[in-house]
Amino acid sequence: MAAHPGGLTAIGPARPVRSAVSVRDLVRGFGPKGVLNGVDLDIAPGEFVALLGPSGCGKSTLLRALAGLDHDVRGSGVISVPDRVSVVFQDSRLLPWDSVLGNVTLGVREHDAEARARKALAEVGLAGREKAWPHQLSGGEQQRVALARSLVREPQLLLADEPFGALDALTRIRMHGLLQDLVAAHRPAVLLVTHDVDEAIALADRIVVLDHGRIATVRPVTPEIRSSADAAGHEALRRGLLTDLGVVGATH
Amino acid sequence: MSAVLDRPVVAAHQDPAPAGRPDVRPAGKRLGPGRRRQLAWVGPSALLLLWTVSSATGLLDPRILSEPWTVVATAGELIADGRLQENLAISAQRAGLGLFFGILVGAVLALLSGLSRVGEALIDGPVQIKRAIPGLALIPLLILWFGIDETMKVLTITLGVFVPVYLQTHAGLRGIDLRFVELAQTVGLSRAGFIRKVVLPGALPGFFLGLRFAVTGAWVSLVVVEQINATSGIGYMMELARTYGQTNIIVLGLAVYGILGLLSDGIVRFIERKALSWQRTLAG
Repeated sequence: MAAHPGGLTAIGPARPVRSAVSVRDLVRGFGPKGVLNGVDLDIAPGEFVALLGPSGCGKSTLLRALAGLDHDVRGSGVISVPDRVSVVFQDSRLLPWDSVLGNVTLGVREHDAEARARKALAEVGLAGREKAWPHQLSGGEQQRVALARSLVREPQLLLADEPFGALDALTRIRMHGLLQDLVAAHRPAVLLVTHDVDEAIALADRIVVLDHGRIATVRPVTPEIRSSADAAGHEALRRGLLTDLGVVGATH
Repeated sequence: MSAVLDRPVVAAHQDPAPAGRPDVRPAGKRLGPGRRRQLAWVGPSALLLLWTVSSATGLLDPRILSEPWTVVATAGELIADGRLQENLAISAQRAGLGLFFGILVGAVLALLSGLSRVGEALIDGPVQIKRAIPGLALIPLLILWFGIDETMKVLTITLGVFVPVYLQTHAGLRGIDLRFVELAQTVGLSRAGFIRKVVLPGALPGFFLGLRFAVTGAWVSLVVVEQINATSGIGYMMELARTYGQTNIIVLGLAVYGILGLLSDGIVRFIERKALSWQRTLAG
């Protein structure tokens, strides 16, 4: 466990190792109105948490705070994250001037970086495309490279900011399956930011709904609900989440 | 509402294709310049043809502009007695040295200025001032400081070369997407790794643009320093020819400058295409 390096956040007392992520009373703001108004969140090692909320509710701000990307943001609170954190963005964010392999090995210091990158690329189904330029890949393939790049450093925490938001519906379903397989194999704690209720139910162990910079509700997802074996439970969860999100009259 | 609907909108949908022709759906209008072709020689060849025809028909007085064949013959004579090679070698050496130092200085200054606020505060202003001063205006001062030997000539070229390299590299560097800076941070790149993996490759397109300006600029500066005070070089050869009214040698000098300029620009473009093969642009 390492205290968050961000300069604005006070380093808190050492926490027990049982949680991968620990956030206490996190406040972040860009203007007079706060974006995050006192968020507490714990994620256990290997737990998959989906962060759901309407646009502008602060979900990306929370993720960026955990990723240490909020240098110029005013705020307070205590954040504790593991040493190895990977981030997957909505855009694949591949360096256009580097090959697929070069993008995956980016920042990997171990001397077997290339072998590990090849393995990660094979895991996401892109073996043989190591020498391709990013622009030669489809949108889904580019996002798979981004996944390989995040996995190659064996993260204890994977932060994903609407990673499938820019993909078409069919590709998105395929990517859900891929992400589930990868998470099952590597067991990182995951925080997935999304505004897609079905995506959250399909992937997460626990769904946290954020509203106006506060955690509004927390809903667990059982394997039965996820697989729709418990169809009634699945429907109830879905309706509950849509109500949390303020989608009025959500009956379908 | 109905008045609008009653208008004869059919006219807009009329098919202009004559009846009986197979209905081939045309491809969408292409906005790019089309597939890459080796057509760079067309324009220069047309110019050469115009010159030859004008001279052959007597439209062009040889005292105004020598005939192409006279220039070729002159080139043969000057090569035979070694004067052309000798002057070309000394000119190429000056341009090469000036380019080398100018590119080095421009690129290093752009990096220093682009990567730190202190560097920018110290470097950018003076470079912008240098940019506002015509290079030729500095020559009197440079002559006073360094005399009229090679140092002064190479320095004049260097001063002309480094500005475009600096400007374009700096602009390319500052244009690097902030998202990549964030990425570099999340994958834990060191500062050196960030410069090597993100900054340098990202600034490369701007650097090459600056390089093309620089190469052309080097030849321009060369002409100036060689025609003002030199005892060797292509420019000196032309200046001497002016004294004796030898249009053929002047035109030969111009042709040599032209060929050198085209050649060096072609080399830069070739390297650029190889180095930037990751780009997908209109150039193709």
